[in-house]
Amino acid sequence: MFGIDIRQKAWSAGLIVLFFVAWELFCLMTGMSDLVLPRPSQVFLTLYQRFPVLWPHIVQTLATTMFGFVLGVALGVALGAIIGVSKTAYDTCYPLLIGFSSIPKVAVVPIFVLWFGSGTVPAVLTALSICFFPIVVNIATGLATTEPELEDVLKALGASKLDILWNVGLPRTMPFFFASLKVAISYAFVGAVLSETVASNRGIGNVMMTASSNFNVPLVFAGLFVLAGLGVALYVVFSLIEGRVTGWATRKNDVIAT
Amino acid sequence: MRMQPNAQFDGQPVPEGAAATAIELSEASVTFGRGDRAVPALSKTTLKIADGEFVALVGPSGCGKSTILRLVSGLVQPTSGVVIVGGREVAARAMRVGMAFQNPTMLPWMTIERNIMLPLKIVEPFRSSFRKLRKTEFRDKANALLEQVGLKGFGSRYPWQLSGGMLQRANLCRALIHEPRMLLLDEPFGALDQFTREELWAILQNLWMMHKPTVLLVTHDLREAGFLASRICVMSARPGRILDDSRVEFARPRTVAMTFEPEFVALNQKLRTFIEDARSAAEQGTG
Repeated sequence: MFGIDIRQKAWSAGLIVLFFVAWELFCLMTGMSDLVLPRPSQVFLTLYQRFPVLWPHIVQTLATTMFGFVLGVALGVALGAIIGVSKTAYDTCYPLLIGFSSIPKVAVVPIFVLWFGSGTVPAVLTALSICFFPIVVNIATGLATTEPELEDVLKALGASKLDILWNVGLPRTMPFFFASLKVAISYAFVGAVLSETVASNRGIGNVMMTASSNFNVPLVFAGLFVLAGLGVALYVVFSLIEGRVTGWATRKNDVIAT
Repeated sequence: MRMQPNAQFDGQPVPEGAAATAIELSEASVTFGRGDRAVPALSKTTLKIADGEFVALVGPSGCGKSTILRLVSGLVQPTSGVVIVGGREVAARAMRVGMAFQNPTMLPWMTIERNIMLPLKIVEPFRSSFRKLRKTEFRDKANALLEQVGLKGFGSRYPWQLSGGMLQRANLCRALIHEPRMLLLDEPFGALDQFTREELWAILQNLWMMHKPTVLLVTHDLREAGFLASRICVMSARPGRILDDSRVEFARPRTVAMTFEPEFVALNQKLRTFIEDARSAAEQGTG
């Protein structure tokens, strides 16, 4: 079990290294101009040299993402709990929710800018609006799948709706919830960067916009690398939390039946 | 809670010596839905069960056996008639009842002992002291029950580490942990293989002899009914009503070997005839 795990990780790391080496070799052999596709070594060098300048932007992007994400989670959990518990609320709200979720969020950014000016607020709102939907759906699904028999057992004991929600419904939702968090944090990130690209003077999205208009292509790619790194880091953080909180849902693989 | 004696009721056999009535249905009927789509599930049923009795409900499928359980537990209100449980008319809030279904529904994120303690988290007087006693008195209580069903030492396991038969034993423990005066079982052993089922009959018989709750058992298995029950009620096809009500006098503790003796087989045959008649009557009625 342990050996396989290590070997799997080695393969993954190897693939990433191979990707960059192939990229580097491709650029060197074709003599590609760094205005089109800079070599990874150039990108990493730029990243290292410009890091003090990039840092405040990284903090800005991370802050707007997290802020939008937290608000999105709060809203998503509340809404998901309501439509998950009540069938009527579910049927009533669902069409409207689908309508909202199918709007491309790029189209919403100009409206937010119109209302709140450019900068942090539209970025937070875009992150929020893009990340809350998967949470609503997953919370609602988790709550709706409570076994009716168990509900009967508890109701016969005189349990209130709140008792059942607290002891059975919410814990059962946790795997769905954390799965949706992993998706939502990536979405929030996309939303924040998107909004920064369109209307902001701070953040990684803005750095990339400015760099590309100055034809500083290595810096554009450096921004891209930063985004990828942050995205992976956030994903990993939520995977770790998920593993700790909802290990019961995935542990069925190593059964010790007697 | 003690049961109020209720002697003026007549109709069903009352065991000698036991006067207190645990469950009383008089002319209770249940209809699901309204208007054109109304489905009668139970037609005017009168049934009286004494405190500490073990009653089995048998009958063709869909005949309203489970509806009676749901009536008694307060999950369903009678459309007409009266249901009295423990001396009170069943209102929205039910009395102390333990329930178990075919599906053990153990919560996968809790250990077996925590699962079993779940009713204590909900029912008074345990509820208010749950935080204080869950690691001491209540856990000992759960483990004592586990020992009685032969699951000693399994309290700290998770549900996915147990077999179906073990989970069903844990399910019985969960139904009994809050010391209910009444145990409602809806085909609890339906999903188990024959050997495991027979093993669990003996366990359930033991639990009943030890704790003496009033038991209402819904089952398809006539041998199961004969082995466990002190009284068997046969129900007709939907909308159900009680066709036959007979006492089972075999001495306890009963054994599996006993279920092959002529007397037991004769009882089985008699019940089978009732159910077959009910089924063919229903077919003629609808066809």
